[in-house]
Amino acid sequence: MTERTVTIKNKAGLHTRPAASLVKTAAKFKSDFFIDKDGFEINGKSIIGVMTLAAEQGSTLQLRFSGPDEEEAAKAVVELFEQGFGEPQQ
Amino acid sequence: METVNIQQELILKGIAASPGIAMGPVFLFEKDAPAIEERVIAREDIERETARLNQALARSQKELRKILEYAEKKLGEHQAKIFEAQVLILEDSFLFDTILKRVRTECKNVEYVVYNEIEKYRQMMLAAHDEYTRERAHDVDDVRGRILRNLQEQKLISRLEGSAVVVSYNLTAADTMILSRNEVLAYATDAGGVTSHTALLARALKIPAVLGLRDITSAVKNGDAVIVDGYSGVVILRPSEQTIKDYVLRRSHFEEFEQRLSGLRDLPAETTDGRRVELSANVEFIQELDFIRMQGADGIGLYRSEILLIGKEVFPSEDEQLYEYQQLADAMFPKRVIIRTFDIGGDKMMAQKVKERNPFLGWRGIRVLLEKRELFLEQLRAILRASTRRNIAVMFPMVSNIKEVRAAKELLEQAKAQLRAEKIPFDDKMTVGVMIEVPAAAVVIDDLAQEVDFVSIGTNDLIQYLLAVDRGNEFVSSLYQEFHPAVVRFIRRIIERAKNHDIWVGMCGEMAGDPMATILLLGLGLDEFSVVGTVLPEVKKIIRSVSYEEAQRVALRVLELETEDEIKAYLGSVMKEKFPDMLME
Repeated sequence: MTERTVTIKNKAGLHTRPAASLVKTAAKFKSDFFIDKDGFEINGKSIIGVMTLAAEQGSTLQLRFSGPDEEEAAKAVVELFEQGFGEPQQ
Repeated sequence: METVNIQQELILKGIAASPGIAMGPVFLFEKDAPAIEERVIAREDIERETARLNQALARSQKELRKILEYAEKKLGEHQAKIFEAQVLILEDSFLFDTILKRVRTECKNVEYVVYNEIEKYRQMMLAAHDEYTRERAHDVDDVRGRILRNLQEQKLISRLEGSAVVVSYNLTAADTMILSRNEVLAYATDAGGVTSHTALLARALKIPAVLGLRDITSAVKNGDAVIVDGYSGVVILRPSEQTIKDYVLRRSHFEEFEQRLSGLRDLPAETTDGRRVELSANVEFIQELDFIRMQGADGIGLYRSEILLIGKEVFPSEDEQLYEYQQLADAMFPKRVIIRTFDIGGDKMMAQKVKERNPFLGWRGIRVLLEKRELFLEQLRAILRASTRRNIAVMFPMVSNIKEVRAAKELLEQAKAQLRAEKIPFDDKMTVGVMIEVPAAAVVIDDLAQEVDFVSIGTNDLIQYLLAVDRGNEFVSSLYQEFHPAVVRFIRRIIERAKNHDIWVGMCGEMAGDPMATILLLGLGLDEFSVVGTVLPEVKKIIRSVSYEEAQRVALRVLELETEDEIKAYLGSVMKEKFPDMLME
């Protein structure tokens, strides 16, 4: 299992568009992907789940990947967060 | 023996949100989710349930795609994003795999599992602290309703058989739009007001609408005969023969009258003794521009730029804004377009995650913009860049003191300096104005007038603030009086003081478009009337039928009156005498 901690950088938070690109990216990998926010866990490949997170700018999320390509999956997903989903961060 | 229930004609009073008279059968638009039973199913039925779900999903996707397409066509690609979340949920394979797994292991009917599984997410969203996530619960609700309806193979309820008057508790912009694919004769709703998106869309679509009827949904059944009078805000249920006759006549009068008005299109808004005023239009959607030009507007007196935020989660970029503003400027050239900077907060949709106990007295208009400086600067840059044809003016909303005006102007200068440095052209002398909607701004108008080129009176809010009445609050809404003597005298003061400083005064609230107020406002010296497109010819006709001198006499008389009733009665008598063929409320 691979674990990562990320912070939401983009101003608008994890709204529909970033949630969609997150789910799409995760779907490219075979590994399972779970997101934990304040002890509350959802499947990171499910858009409806990601929508319930109410993750605003500055929130911290724990990501868990497990499966044959977990390292690659973690790398791709973390990159999205690092880039603030290509959205304004200020 | 059967009892025959003779039902009486019933008159309901609401808010006239879109003009026109319509008669027809009621179509009750109900958005309640269908009743869901929990049933145990046999093992051999699992496969059938799976197939049913897949079919329902396919149908729902098809429906939603159609809605999206229609929205894109009618509102543009950006605003159609309102449906994005729902489209994505329908494609959530984890969600539907989980549902099918539960059907298999729990041996429950698929409707129940769909309802129950999605409900978990919906409850979590409703419990969220931020407004944005709570809003998503509506999307989840909508999309679940769609799937369940398709599972039960019910017809799409937004489809009408023939033409009908749509009656509903409330309609979202999307409902209004989707329903309008049918032959909708009129909209009548319990909730909503004149500035709601239902009202705006109904006007843009030229469909009569009366909103804010409180409980029309409980008073009617599908197929009941109903008359909707979008001029006066009256809805008549189960009208008698005589009432129908009256309304047929009334409608033909209106149609004749409107026909005659269309001849006014190319004539100026000028009194018989030569006082020319500017008669422009309030605009929300670019799609309205053709109609506005057709009605002979002198320009756009109010473009509500916050309309660009509908259905958006992030603010439109400078370039996206520029594209919209440029279209306005080009379409109206050489006529003027006044762009009001984002008026967010209050009752308007807002992408911010703030909770206020009293949003009308809260963080809105210029107050938000001055704190969100980057965002404001971007908008000012976009407006400036659209001003190269020199027909754009900018206006700041919700100003309550001079510091705000100075700060806004400073930012405008900053935007100009940036553009200059980047060698991007703009109109250096772009006209700058403020809305007068907070009484404090009206009180210090002598100071404000030295900072700006014009002021525009926003009567809807000004009246609410001046009279301390929330017009959306049914307990006090009758105290919202456009013709309260305090309102009339206050407006007089604003106009007089502003003119002492040689700036012009416009009005872009509803009052500007109320034919009953036209002569009075003209007489008080108003320079610009910005009205909804549909009433423009009527207001022009009134202006062209009186002399300025006469209007001033009327205004002086009104200023002496002590109650709204007296003022209305007096103005009514003036109108009746001058325009016996114009039907007043």
